[in-house]
Amino acid sequence: MILLDKVSAAYGTRTVLDNLSLHIRWGERVALAGANGAGKSSLLRVITGHLPATGTVRVDGQNPCRLPPRRRARLMAVVPQEIPTDIPFSASDFVMLGRTALLPRFGAPTAADLQAAEEAMRLTETWDLRMRRFPEMSGGEQQRLALAMALSSRPEVILLDEPTSHLDLRHRIDLMRLLERLCKERGITVLMVAHDLTLASQFFSRIVLLHQGRILSDDTPANVLRPDILQTAYGCPVSAFPLPDTPAICVIPRA
Amino acid sequence: MKLRHLFVAALVTVPLLLAVGLLTGSAGFGCPDLSTTTGRALLDLRLCRLLTGFVVGAALAVSGCALQAVLRNALAEPYVLGISGGGSLGAALMLATGLASLTPLALPAGAFVAAILTLLVICLIARRAGGFAPHTLILTGVVAGTMLSSLLLLVLSFARLRVVHSVTWWMMGNLSGATWPLLFTVIGLVSLACLLLQAEARAMNALLLGHEAASNLGIRTQHVIPLILTAATLAAAAAVSISGIIGFVGLIIPHVARRIVGVDHRRLLPVSAIGGGVFLVLCDALARLLFAPHEIPVGVVTALLGGPFFLIVLTQKKPHDPA
Repeated sequence: MILLDKVSAAYGTRTVLDNLSLHIRWGERVALAGANGAGKSSLLRVITGHLPATGTVRVDGQNPCRLPPRRRARLMAVVPQEIPTDIPFSASDFVMLGRTALLPRFGAPTAADLQAAEEAMRLTETWDLRMRRFPEMSGGEQQRLALAMALSSRPEVILLDEPTSHLDLRHRIDLMRLLERLCKERGITVLMVAHDLTLASQFFSRIVLLHQGRILSDDTPANVLRPDILQTAYGCPVSAFPLPDTPAICVIPRA
Repeated sequence: MKLRHLFVAALVTVPLLLAVGLLTGSAGFGCPDLSTTTGRALLDLRLCRLLTGFVVGAALAVSGCALQAVLRNALAEPYVLGISGGGSLGAALMLATGLASLTPLALPAGAFVAAILTLLVICLIARRAGGFAPHTLILTGVVAGTMLSSLLLLVLSFARLRVVHSVTWWMMGNLSGATWPLLFTVIGLVSLACLLLQAEARAMNALLLGHEAASNLGIRTQHVIPLILTAATLAAAAAVSISGIIGFVGLIIPHVARRIVGVDHRRLLPVSAIGGGVFLVLCDALARLLFAPHEIPVGVVTALLGGPFFLIVLTQKKPHDPA
């Protein structure tokens, strides 16, 4: 589904991805971890075709740089790290932006568009917010609406850049369960940048750990979230131990 | 306010306000005597001027609205990309070289062509510098505008006093120079620009989230942004060519319209157009009435009336506004 082969990318003279190869299969759920500046967001930008890269990049067999934007938007949706919060869209109008690629140039959204937006809002528990203005909402509500916007286009791939940073504990778990459900029921491929490694270990069967633009480790949580590997990736001592009765691995930085 | 109520209110008030504009002249308020040739000629003049005011106001407001979306800057207005500097220089060259006295179309044509050429140069530079990034476009526009203003001063420093006076008067904005053939040309250009912008209304909504986010939503930003810039400049340049530089309309009307109908450009663009048109017609009526029979430049009225009005609107906090 997503294939990167010997991919390198740079901002000016600063290399952010260095000869990186990665293969994500159809319907797979992968967490992308690493220290600040390790190349996580840059990797997402390469996949969406916004950061030029050398090597081979393919999404569903196609080069994202050469895909027409409308086709690309139908194929993959992005939940960005930061959303402008000062634009007074109503929640429902904001979610409908996710269907920009599918809407007619003139005229109102069709019944199918409205149905897709409602479905996305119900999935993310934002339907009750539909009449409220975007700037009035909390960071967590805005983040859930950003996910609803991404889901409203019913994409085949969802790329999420730290989508849980503003969410409370319950909504973090709800988001993870939703992504799990979307993968299982609809075969959606999920690639998510995650800083909460404990949460990622609970819901992702595969974690890709980046370090200085390269893949340091790409395996199951148990094999990636090891103190020695994490110390190399984050540059500080880290404790990692399995939590009883759960698949989660608790990751705690040590002072 | 619900859209249906707004539509009904506009349906009643807009024709009334336009009628006020039509019946206002420097001789006072009232309908000219249509039984006489002079009366009919006066009405013809007023009708031409009314339509000119409406089209110019609509063009400036729509242009400002589109530029505020693409440049993601609340202070963006039709002249931000150096159109005023380019248009003024073009007009000054026409007047200084004497070409303006050959045909009435020379002055507006010179201003129009210079404004469009300015946009072309700015787009080429901005594309080379940063691929239509908002800050690149704004900076390029400001630098180009300053350079063109300096060139204008250079031309004026060699020009005769009469030319300096004509250029200064033109730069203050005036709706009295319109003729029917010129007006029809401007209506055609502004209509084309409005149609192009309305077709990209959804793209403008997406662009509010940022250029990369808009691209992720399916907008072909490398094509759509230059298209919107061109259409917005086309509208503003057409307006400048017939009326000179009229400030404030393109800045404040989109903000006021946004307060009424929200940020969805499918509604915001037409409401800005109607609002800008009516606002300029009323300002022009005041420009003729305030010191009648002496007429003051309409640009002075738009700034004196629009500035305080805009500040009042800004300070009236709506329930949904962010803190």
